[in-house]
Amino acid sequence: MQDALFYTFAFLTLVFGFLVVANPFSRNPVTSAMFLVLTIVSLAGLFVLLHAFFLAAVQILVYAGAVMVLFLFVIMMLDLKEEERRKIKTLGIVGGLISAGAILTIFLSSLLKAPLGAVQSPAVEGGTVPLAKLLFTQYLLPFEIVSVLLLVAIIGVVLLSKKDLK
Amino acid sequence: MSVGLEHYLVVSVLLFCLGLLGVIVRRNLLVIYMSLELMLNAANLALVAFSRYTDRPDSPDGQVFVFFIITVAAAEVSVGLALIVALYRKRQTAHVEDLTTLKL
Repeated sequence: MQDALFYTFAFLTLVFGFLVVANPFSRNPVTSAMFLVLTIVSLAGLFVLLHAFFLAAVQILVYAGAVMVLFLFVIMMLDLKEEERRKIKTLGIVGGLISAGAILTIFLSSLLKAPLGAVQSPAVEGGTVPLAKLLFTQYLLPFEIVSVLLLVAIIGVVLLSKKDLK
Repeated sequence: MSVGLEHYLVVSVLLFCLGLLGVIVRRNLLVIYMSLELMLNAANLALVAFSRYTDRPDSPDGQVFVFFIITVAAAEVSVGLALIVALYRKRQTAHVEDLTTLKL
């Protein structure tokens, strides 16, 4: 049952991810954004299969909720209709395929050499309690720094969105 | 063969390659940004998988790391999209081929 669910979610993630990058039917950024939402939701399914329940919820709330709404707002604000008829250069496709293939080769060769028999059976449960314990004891300083980072991001965005950007 | 760590890693690296392909091939700034998000999510999947299979049972350090990545990515997206909007106001384009002022 779990294996079937894994293969379903993995297949969905990869297919939707491909449709984000290269949709054969439409080059509209809105379709890419919608397929990115679906990719993120199926990734949250994979997180649940890995028992990372809190992260799956955060993934859907923050990514599929907040971040994608931001993307869609910006796409709506910039009227991008005339971008669709531009051509993709073959040089870009060749370069992209070469670099992606290189990363795949590096990964596969290292996976073949990896001592996977030494990996333990799955043990970690990602509920809220162990995560919160770590977050508020061992990782308290990074947690506070992240809050400062968010504040800086808010101020930066407000400054950048002003009408008369100097 | 039951699903193990390596299955999740293969999915993660394939998703990362898709994102890389999108960053290099696509010419629209917004789609490039979405491909960057795909790459971040691929890294998150690898981290969660490693955390599930190799962390100590009572301390999911990898998941805390993913939590931080999600937070920083949200901040990064907001700043980046504000930059794109500011750029669009000045140049009326969101297309990388039209943004070659820094080219020598």
